[in-house]
Amino acid sequence: MPTSPETLIEARRLRDLFAAKGAQVVKADVLQPADTLLDLYGEDIRARSYLTSDPLRGEMVLRPDFTVPVVQMHMQAHADPARYTYAGKVFRKQETDETRANEYVQVGYEVFDGQNPANADAEVFAAIAEGLSDLPVRAATGDIGVLMAAVRGLRTTDDRKAALLRHIWRPGRFRALMRRFGSGQVPPARAALLAADDPFAQAGADIGLRSRKEVAARIEALRADAATAPIAAEEIALIDAILGLRETAPNVLSALRDIAVDMPAIGTAVAGLDARLDAMNAHGVDVAALEFEGSYGRTSLEYYDGFVFGFYATDRPDHPPVATGGRYDALTAQLGQGRAVPAVGGVIRPDLALGLRAC
Amino acid sequence: MDKTFDWFGARGIGLRKSGSDREYAGAVDGIDGVELVLLSAGEIPRELAAGNIHLGVTGSDLVREKLANWDARVAELAPMGFGGADLIIAVPQAWVDVATLDDLDAAAAAFRRAHGFRLRIATKYHRLVREFLREQGVADYQLVDSQGATEGTVKNETAEAIADITSTGETLRANGLKILDDGLIHASQATLFRGRRRDWTDEQRAKLKALQMVLGL
Repeated sequence: MPTSPETLIEARRLRDLFAAKGAQVVKADVLQPADTLLDLYGEDIRARSYLTSDPLRGEMVLRPDFTVPVVQMHMQAHADPARYTYAGKVFRKQETDETRANEYVQVGYEVFDGQNPANADAEVFAAIAEGLSDLPVRAATGDIGVLMAAVRGLRTTDDRKAALLRHIWRPGRFRALMRRFGSGQVPPARAALLAADDPFAQAGADIGLRSRKEVAARIEALRADAATAPIAAEEIALIDAILGLRETAPNVLSALRDIAVDMPAIGTAVAGLDARLDAMNAHGVDVAALEFEGSYGRTSLEYYDGFVFGFYATDRPDHPPVATGGRYDALTAQLGQGRAVPAVGGVIRPDLALGLRAC
Repeated sequence: MDKTFDWFGARGIGLRKSGSDREYAGAVDGIDGVELVLLSAGEIPRELAAGNIHLGVTGSDLVREKLANWDARVAELAPMGFGGADLIIAVPQAWVDVATLDDLDAAAAAFRRAHGFRLRIATKYHRLVREFLREQGVADYQLVDSQGATEGTVKNETAEAIADITSTGETLRANGLKILDDGLIHASQATLFRGRRRDWTDEQRAKLKALQMVLGL
């Protein structure tokens, strides 16, 4: 079913729908160089990728998605704004559930447009929604950007903010860091290290690439951190309040405006959400009924750093999402070696869409 | 193998090698209709999952590493109390700033910024290590494969840290490494497993029950 003729016909229909909206149809190689892709995505995607080695090209991977090749293509083309669509198979190992496909088709719609991000977000969401318009699906949305703005707005050191920002996508570690930064406590082993006359007394021989200079630099960072005042309980409560939001988008917007009174740093992100909801409304989305979750997108792929969304079968919450998408500005910055292009996109799985149509 | 034979022997089932020392065939006394095959510990998880053998003795670490969804494919009948070894994460003793996974994660972030690639952890236990680090929320690392002499990879600068089996920690210390305080991934021991395939005959099921009676499980 994931790659049946019916699925391919549905994939073509969706791709044509996106092309009719002005997207250029693009293709990507099935075999991609592994190093860039896996360095970007990390060990979890490596575990789920089919890796192989080429005698001349080195490690190659069966593409786990289209995002990276499409961004690379765009970076070379230098066109801005630009819209792309594609339809093709992607490959992911399934480690726990063998009923889930390891080879399936994705149809994508990607918009590179820095002029009006709110409108680009709305455009992608509406295009994906249109592709699924006759199906029993519900949309979930969120905004990683609001959470990132809240963390950046904390009254604490840049190092602590950077540590928290790194772990936005790992909720357990994020919570542990918040707890420690809020406690004013130094873990015992660390306190002993910082109190030692010569921290390197027990160090033994220097081995490995991580040099003594790097270790010393971290000890200095730990010393500075130990002297830092704890993050105020009120600020931690505000972060928790944002993470706990789970209402319709207009209600969330109102709640966020309340939070912004105490945390002005999220003002720009909240204004961005407001503009996005207006733009979605203009694209025909029923914004009043749209679900918004403060934590949505935190356990999905790490590269989404703004608007995030997913479409789920209404009565099958346990099934994988029929469509997902979001904004990934930071990813383009990383791939562009400093040159960032604001980008937002979404993908539909036509096999799952067909499955919903059949029942 | 000898300890496995002792364990069964103490419970009334005699296991022994048959024929010459070079042959990997065996015999079972004390119960009828049970055959003994001698396989390397690393092959037993796969053979159990495939249904080529019905019961197997191997390390609990190997089953978890080699079988995705291991508990759906085999079941633990009895931990056997020997062959204990811990799968742990170790870093250079020179990293006086790193005592916990929290430190490792922070060091990995700084390492990646400084060196332009993810901190490398050498191991042959990819699945166990990856799942552990995911649960613990450690980022900015990569696993590099090491099938032997893993303790030496840090000195050779092919990895910055290791995840490996140790029973005493002696080899680690000799190689300038130390175990993280919360770096225990799995405490392994020899374990009697059964396969969970559905195609066992009634006779085979009855035989297992009889064997479990004798063994007192």
